[in-house]
Amino acid sequence: MSFNKSDAPFTWTGFSTKWYSVLVNSPNIIEGFKNTLIVAVVTTIISLALGTLLAIGLARYQKSSALEAVALTPAIFPDLALAIGLLALFTSLHLTLGLHSVIISHALFCMAFVTAIVRGRLAQIDSSLEEAAQDLGDTPIGTFFRVTLPSIKPALIAGGLLAFTLSLDEFVIAFFTDGPSTPTLPIVIYSMVRFGVSPEINALATVVLLISALIVTIAQRNVKVQDQI
Amino acid sequence: MALAVKSGGRDAIKRRALLSRAVFLVPGLTYITAFMLIPLGFIIVYTFLSRGTYGGIEFIFTFENYTRALDSLYVGVLVKSILIASAATLLAFVIGFPVAYAITKLPTNRQNILLVLIVLPFWTNFLIRTYAWIVLLNTQGFLNKGLINLGLISQPFELLYKPSAIVLGLLYAYIPLMILPIYSSLVRIDPAMKEAAINLGATPAQAFRQITLPLALPGVLIGAIFVFVPSVGNFIVPELLGGGKTIMVGNLIRDQFLKARDWPFGSVMALSMVIMLCALFFIQARVNRRVLGDARA
Amino acid sequence: MRISRTAVAATAIAGLLLGLTACSSSDSGATALDPNADLSKQTLTVSNWAAYYPEDLATKFKEKFGTSVTITNHATNEEIMAKLTAGGDSGIDVAFVSGQFAQALAAQGLIENLDKSLIPNEANLVPEAAQLSYDKGNKYSMPYSWGTTGICYRSDLMKGNEPTSWNDLLMPKPQYKGKVTMLATERWLMLPAQKALGYSINTQDEAQMGKVKDLLVKAKSNLLAYDDTTFYDRLVSGEAVMVEAWDGWCNYGIAKNKNIKFVVPKEGSDLWADTMVVLKTSKNKEAAHAFINYILDKDIQSWVVDNILYKVPNKPAMDKSLPALIGDYPNMGITPAELLKGEGIVDLGKASALYTRIATEVTAK
Repeated sequence: MSFNKSDAPFTWTGFSTKWYSVLVNSPNIIEGFKNTLIVAVVTTIISLALGTLLAIGLARYQKSSALEAVALTPAIFPDLALAIGLLALFTSLHLTLGLHSVIISHALFCMAFVTAIVRGRLAQIDSSLEEAAQDLGDTPIGTFFRVTLPSIKPALIAGGLLAFTLSLDEFVIAFFTDGPSTPTLPIVIYSMVRFGVSPEINALATVVLLISALIVTIAQRNVKVQDQI
Repeated sequence: MALAVKSGGRDAIKRRALLSRAVFLVPGLTYITAFMLIPLGFIIVYTFLSRGTYGGIEFIFTFENYTRALDSLYVGVLVKSILIASAATLLAFVIGFPVAYAITKLPTNRQNILLVLIVLPFWTNFLIRTYAWIVLLNTQGFLNKGLINLGLISQPFELLYKPSAIVLGLLYAYIPLMILPIYSSLVRIDPAMKEAAINLGATPAQAFRQITLPLALPGVLIGAIFVFVPSVGNFIVPELLGGGKTIMVGNLIRDQFLKARDWPFGSVMALSMVIMLCALFFIQARVNRRVLGDARA
Repeated sequence: MRISRTAVAATAIAGLLLGLTACSSSDSGATALDPNADLSKQTLTVSNWAAYYPEDLATKFKEKFGTSVTITNHATNEEIMAKLTAGGDSGIDVAFVSGQFAQALAAQGLIENLDKSLIPNEANLVPEAAQLSYDKGNKYSMPYSWGTTGICYRSDLMKGNEPTSWNDLLMPKPQYKGKVTMLATERWLMLPAQKALGYSINTQDEAQMGKVKDLLVKAKSNLLAYDDTTFYDRLVSGEAVMVEAWDGWCNYGIAKNKNIKFVVPKEGSDLWADTMVVLKTSKNKEAAHAFINYILDKDIQSWVVDNILYKVPNKPAMDKSLPALIGDYPNMGITPAELLKGEGIVDLGKASALYTRIATEVTAK
């Protein structure tokens, strides 16, 4: 079922990389790509930081199923409802829409995914290591950096990569919260795809696909290595 | 922050514990409150306001948005959305469960590859994936042309621009979200339990029904939510694959916000989706507790 | 869930309080524009439909004036309207919107009255361009392209049954059922039915619109789809034989298949125009005016005509481009006088909610 329409684009005369060069020369697409990257990177950083902290807090310090539910809700909250709620919030604060508003919005649901993954990993890890560290005189902050973080490294990588790829392709929330002058790539694609799928779009899709596949492969390698440690 | 263990007594420890708790929990929870709960609050507040002449909101309190929403036109759209999303979810389960189960039976290294393959389409842009179906299924598209060339049919099938096309589009879009959680649940089942059951005289079918299925249920329920919620609120698939002839609640919300610029009314629609989510959450928790309680007995 | 419920209540109140303190963004009266402003110090962000302008427009403008231009795209009028009316500074200096939306923007005080001294190329416009009903005299908008809506069809697949009336589209002959599309955008969705019933396309009469709705619902069963953007491709592939289309768009189909023809039905049609407006929040108003003036230049607008196959109300530009195009694209030859026979589309104000509701009812059935 890995149905993939982003096969190498064909011109009428045969196989050619012509469309890839059209892509590179298209300022809109480059702009969209740049914006999307910025958003994805910053979103990943924010969601990793907040999500990890939250996961640890829930695992070690405050066992509350209500709070866990709240922490995970952004992941499954209907994206359309979230999008317009955020739009309402931003406009009433007279906040100019732009990449920053997209980042804020993306970080919200990406954080929930990071929390879920790190939380899952923490549940499997024995907290006795951390307790031992504390008994030996370490501070909670120190324990966090020296014991907890290393033990959840695979989860951090998985969570970070998931956050990155989710943000990369996210359309609905970006559509509502982005400023009109800084479109992200999915928004650019939406404007173009309305006209039917052209070969450039296929080329673009292939590029994004390859990048994502690359990320996933790196993730796989990394996680396997970590498991063996 | 002098937090050496040696200083102070139980008070110091308590204070430290409180501080640590705050450090970990406060940033995340504040963020969620600010950017999910407060926007939710906005939506709720907006449902009681009025539309300005050219759109936006005016601070005139009214129940009119709610009474309008109860009009059969909009209730009809909501019901249709739930039906279409449910169909997609059901199909996702029917197809996804066997697939997930089959994967668990494979050797471990093959499992990873297959999982990646399943998730791979996800990494293609959603809009493009949906458009691919149009290219494939339209009356002049690959599928019809192929069937005609093979002589199997004489007139092209009209597969697109109907509700069934929307179900198909949603199914294809979200089925990985059904397969992965089910796989997760299945993989965590201790094979010893099944062996014990069989040793005690159960047939494989019975063991499956009474051990595997209930223990897989949490994954199934999560998968169902992961498929249903984005499906019911989707506006792209109905627009592209439904030919604009079938509108779902997502289209309604989008139109209210972008075309009619009737934010208060759109907010009522959006709120209905949030309520649906809460209802599903609730059902999932209840079913989980009941079924898992039985299985553990 | 208990915790989140109290939080929701608290934040709802917070939301209300926040909203109440929101100040309305008022802009003071127009400050005079400086004709000698240094344009290289200004930057422009322009929003237009994709593929609706020369690819090197931004580069050429920068070469000439030194201003950096970023052109972003919007897929529909509604999209850009939502962003522009959301409040606050959208970051857009110049927006391309259809006429009736420019009217709405002006009514909300969001766009500048144009300083004509900075737009000498306005003289290139045909006299009819000053009679557009959404902005007579082009006080706050400049027309970029104009045209009418009609039926675009495959003459080879409809031999002997060429459409002449909107009813041919709404109630097609049996062999054409399921091979017809209509435009999805509200105003143009209503148009065929309104004209077929003899009503104005700007009518606000509920009884009339009720009849329009009934006709549209009946027509829906004959439709392949509602389509704003790929309808000409469907004609080319044969998936559809008859589509409701804007004249310029039909030309895209004609370019691919010479059997495609365009006709304005006998009941009449509209006159639409896409316009350029300057946002009040723009901090680069001089550059914005220079940009609009640049577009109205005969060579630039001639380029537009050559590339997007739309008519423009620019006499020297049409004089330059029309001869080469008229053979293949007859609808390019519709004269301004003929266009003015079409009914100008104006903003509906409060009545737009009625149109949205009817559109919903039609598409939901």
